[in-house]
Amino acid sequence: MEKNVKNPKIGADRAPASSVAASVEVAKNQDELGAMVAVTIDGNEIKVPFGTTILDAAKKLNIKIPTLCHHEDLKVAGVCRVCVVEVENQRTLQAACAYPITSPMNIKTYSSKVRKARRHNLDLMLKHHVGECYSCFRNNNCELQSLAKEYGVDSYRFGHDTEPHHEVDKSSYSVVRDMNKCIHCRRCVRTCIDLQEVGVLEAVNRGPDLDIATFDDMPLGEVVCINCGQCINRCPVGALRANDPSDEIWEAIDNPEKHVVIQTAPSPRAAIGECFGLPAGTSVTRQLNTAMKRCGFDKVFDTNFTADLTIMEEATELLIRLKKALVDKDANVALPQFTSCSPGWVKYLEHFYPEYTDNLSSCKSPQQMFGALIKTWYAQEAGIDPKNIVSVALMPCSAKKFECNRPEMQDSGYKDVDYGLTSRELAQMIQEAGLDLPNLPHTDFDDPIGEATGAGLIFGATGGVMEAALRTAVEIVTGIKTENVFENLDIIPIRGFEGVKYMEIKVPAAGPVPEILSKALGGAKDFSFLKDAVLKVAVAHGTANAKKVMEDIKAGGKFSECHFIEFMACPGGCLGGGGQPIPTSPEIRKARTQAIYDEEKTLYSRKSHENPTVDRIYGKFLTEGPCGHKSHKLLHTHYVKRGKKIV
Amino acid sequence: MSKSNKNLIVFSEIDIEKALKNALQKSRPDIINEVRDSGLKGRGGAGFPTGIKWNLAASAQGDCKFVICNADEGEPGTFKDRVLLTDYAQQLAAGMVLAGYAIGAKEGIIYLRAEYTYLKADLEKTLEDLRAKNILGENICGKQGFNFDIHIHMGSGAYICGEETALIESLEGQRGEPRNRPPFPVTVGYLGCPTSVNNVETFITALHIVEKGAKWFKTHGTEKSTGTKLFSVSGDCENPGVYEFPMGITIEELLNQVGGQDAKAVQVGGASGNCIPRHQFSKTIAYEDVATGGSIIVFGPHRDMLQVAINFMEFFCDESCGQCTPCRIGTETILEGLDMIEDGCCSVKYLRELVSLGETMQLSSKCGLGQSAPNAFLSIVEHFKSELFDDSFRR
Amino acid sequence: MLASEREQLKSEINEMAKKFNHHRSGLIPVLQHVQNVSRHISPEAMQDIALAFDIHPVEVQGVVSFYSFLSTEKKGKFIIRLCRTITCDMAGKDAVARQLENELDIEFGETTEDGMFTLEFTNCLGMCDQGPAMLVNDDIHTKVTPDKVVDIIESYRKRFGANVIQGEHA
Repeated sequence: MEKNVKNPKIGADRAPASSVAASVEVAKNQDELGAMVAVTIDGNEIKVPFGTTILDAAKKLNIKIPTLCHHEDLKVAGVCRVCVVEVENQRTLQAACAYPITSPMNIKTYSSKVRKARRHNLDLMLKHHVGECYSCFRNNNCELQSLAKEYGVDSYRFGHDTEPHHEVDKSSYSVVRDMNKCIHCRRCVRTCIDLQEVGVLEAVNRGPDLDIATFDDMPLGEVVCINCGQCINRCPVGALRANDPSDEIWEAIDNPEKHVVIQTAPSPRAAIGECFGLPAGTSVTRQLNTAMKRCGFDKVFDTNFTADLTIMEEATELLIRLKKALVDKDANVALPQFTSCSPGWVKYLEHFYPEYTDNLSSCKSPQQMFGALIKTWYAQEAGIDPKNIVSVALMPCSAKKFECNRPEMQDSGYKDVDYGLTSRELAQMIQEAGLDLPNLPHTDFDDPIGEATGAGLIFGATGGVMEAALRTAVEIVTGIKTENVFENLDIIPIRGFEGVKYMEIKVPAAGPVPEILSKALGGAKDFSFLKDAVLKVAVAHGTANAKKVMEDIKAGGKFSECHFIEFMACPGGCLGGGGQPIPTSPEIRKARTQAIYDEEKTLYSRKSHENPTVDRIYGKFLTEGPCGHKSHKLLHTHYVKRGKKIV
Repeated sequence: MSKSNKNLIVFSEIDIEKALKNALQKSRPDIINEVRDSGLKGRGGAGFPTGIKWNLAASAQGDCKFVICNADEGEPGTFKDRVLLTDYAQQLAAGMVLAGYAIGAKEGIIYLRAEYTYLKADLEKTLEDLRAKNILGENICGKQGFNFDIHIHMGSGAYICGEETALIESLEGQRGEPRNRPPFPVTVGYLGCPTSVNNVETFITALHIVEKGAKWFKTHGTEKSTGTKLFSVSGDCENPGVYEFPMGITIEELLNQVGGQDAKAVQVGGASGNCIPRHQFSKTIAYEDVATGGSIIVFGPHRDMLQVAINFMEFFCDESCGQCTPCRIGTETILEGLDMIEDGCCSVKYLRELVSLGETMQLSSKCGLGQSAPNAFLSIVEHFKSELFDDSFRR
Repeated sequence: MLASEREQLKSEINEMAKKFNHHRSGLIPVLQHVQNVSRHISPEAMQDIALAFDIHPVEVQGVVSFYSFLSTEKKGKFIIRLCRTITCDMAGKDAVARQLENELDIEFGETTEDGMFTLEFTNCLGMCDQGPAMLVNDDIHTKVTPDKVVDIIESYRKRFGANVIQGEHA
């Protein structure tokens, strides 16, 4: 039957309504596409490009039209009907988020019809929105609550359910689903299916029975959820949240026998200020250190240290693979090597591309490396019994909660990281302690680990891991200072928000193999085996982009020829993680990224191998060097071929 | 057709081969102009001018275009398409061929509702016969380069798929949830291609119009509602069935013809239509007065209008796609209100709130289903309010 | 479902999907086929179908749960769908419904223990001039009276073992 259709796209176009709504084309008048159309909104005239939505046109006039199902990152749905406006000569109200302006029109955004309709639609949503605001973690940060206030909701006109109609799904280490609060805006569905292409959540049934469900109503912990938490960041209400360990952490803090340490990833410091009214992109690193100390954490460490360590291990691993492939002509060596810092990405690969687990770097993520070292090296140095250490990781990420609960992650002899804590949850703890984060004095990170390099810091942004790895690898392999290869040490082609980034670097010279790597590289004296080679690297962020790259690799395309690929599960990288402050948007993620790159410039070094603590740990503790025996025991891991079959 | 309806105007015998041959000698714009000049409006209920729809699809750019026959007849009280699919299948196919020629499509799809699966085998046979006669296939009726074929796609039980964008979603293997419009299917339709979705009756009527001329068609009906239309008549009348009447017929006249003179109300347009009380029977059935896709349900003097309202609202609760807020929760809320009335525990104040909610549904729902779901409720409240609160009426 | 049955069904699914070039427009025809042959669409089948079309299993479920002629729960050999919409209601569908329940000893929404009959309400069947109307699988019955119900049911019982639905496994 498809004979008339050219190139039917397999599996593509699965997004319904929304996929076409975004792009309006009037084929008979193609030249109109670039044209400007005059519209009048609430008496203000403006010219907008043909096809602009009413919502965007209104924004240009600083006219606020309320929205709920709309989200900048997602395809248009037009289902909540809160953004309806009156368009002259139209019988019905139109959804501003979905209606493209293709001819001059007169629009009213707050006429009595509009206000009445919005209020009614809010009343209807509130009818089945179970729960009270003050017992909800989204209190004061809830889009439904704000709208109810704006539209003067003072009673439940059509009733209000008080008895829960769904069991709260707490099966996942990362994400808690409370469908009693769901208002069926389907942002989570569009996030899961369209934005991330994971496909765990979908609308089922119809009419008043409509629900958002997992496959066969299975618990979230048992389906192919990768725990990225992007759905949490986009839920307008409190139906989705992360699994919050703060009560247990307070308990540990209050227990005098427990030594509670917290490691902090690079991304929370660039975002947590948003929970305290600071504009996105305000870095609060040292105020945050103070806050954590005052909350009662015994030690505050910088995860960037193990990010630096990750670079040492992962770059070495890559060099080993390259040597095996090029010198030993080992046909079984898995290339390209994939980064493994993002636990969402790792689980995505385990589910959807299990045949590629060998390509994943065996390096643990910085969080888990740190966890293993805290309960071994640090415990030893500080003279503390590791069984009394409670290790907390402040992360921008909900998947880190799952990661620290993986059974493999107990190489210290204990659970390496006890709790993954998100930026949002720590913000809550800080507020609970009555601390005014933005105005706290500055405190440095604690010894014995202290400062990390800028290379560790930029792990938070998409392309950051690759950039950090290249800064070290290029210098080691060529013997030339990286800043003489890349101006100012900035590797621009792999920065930015392009979904997939690609870069080739010709190796200009071969340096000597540093002593620390000599054993790992089988006694090779220099890197002549890489001289004149063209190193091909790529960066993908968001699992939908990861999927593109993986499909290309499967098909033997250009990415299959890469040597090293950075994958991050979340759009924008960790800065856009599922544990970061809500809301999220392209602008917010951009501002957070800028904050990290700005802060990086202030650090004493921007290359991981120049971190003195890294030197020290290889000198004193991991004495066989990167990828040595002890490293392998503590800093490396293995993966599970999960597959996507559920039943 | 009902046996009592002997003077068929449009729905008469026609030599489809001859009609198509004549039509294929005309230019595509001529055919579209003829249909447009006839004033024919979509016979499924929405009443969009067919000629304009075809013109939009014809002028839209696209490598492939589709003609879709909406045979997802699900409006309560409507069954004329079932009769047409049974007795006029050849004319339907010919009408689709004509539309394909007019808009430049090579492929036609009949979206047949699951409830009519028993019609499928005969329809397939009809299509096969037409292929043998070169009315379907390549170089149709000798017109070089004009290829067109039709296949049948079965629905799976969803009233909403009668809404054209939901129908297209369903064809594409999706939940039958209406799309945002614009863009309209005539520019972005099935598989992103320009698509004309028309009702069964529309295709057949258009075939007759192109053969007999716009002028002929306009001699029937009113100025704004030209021609004749099929009516599915059911309920409390002596002769239920399918009738062809000129547009503009009064409800009273219609009731006289079908033996429903003692009706106290008539539901025009099915569940999504309006309830017309006896004192308004002088109204005419026409796009400018009481519009309909052809469903006429007659309510006798003994009918409990509350039960009628409940039945319609149950229908919408069951058939709402659930996508947009006003329809998903509004239908359910109004139904609960009607149940409260039945239980004698609904304040008039709350009923007024529900009426106001019904108006919001009409204004702010995403698609025609949600926009028309409260119609029956609102018109029954308007005309039979005292009866709703009258216990003595209940058994 | 037996492993061999799943394999058999899976190969049918893949074959059909191939005909549609694995394009999603073939999804509903495949679902209809599976519904016909196995009287429901099991989670296993949904997963196999998802693989065949390269979509997510939960999307398949989203579609199945949307349409009233598709189901995840196993139905009887004969699904009786009685129209409950207005004119059939006015024509006496309540009495017919009662008698269907009495004859089959089940309530609406249920399936008889022997797996023969499922009783459901449906919306307008387009037989408003001849109500009450009901479908038994694809057959339409009109002007059904409480009295006729037993004969209709018996006529299907007698067909048991005959070629009820082509290609049926179970």
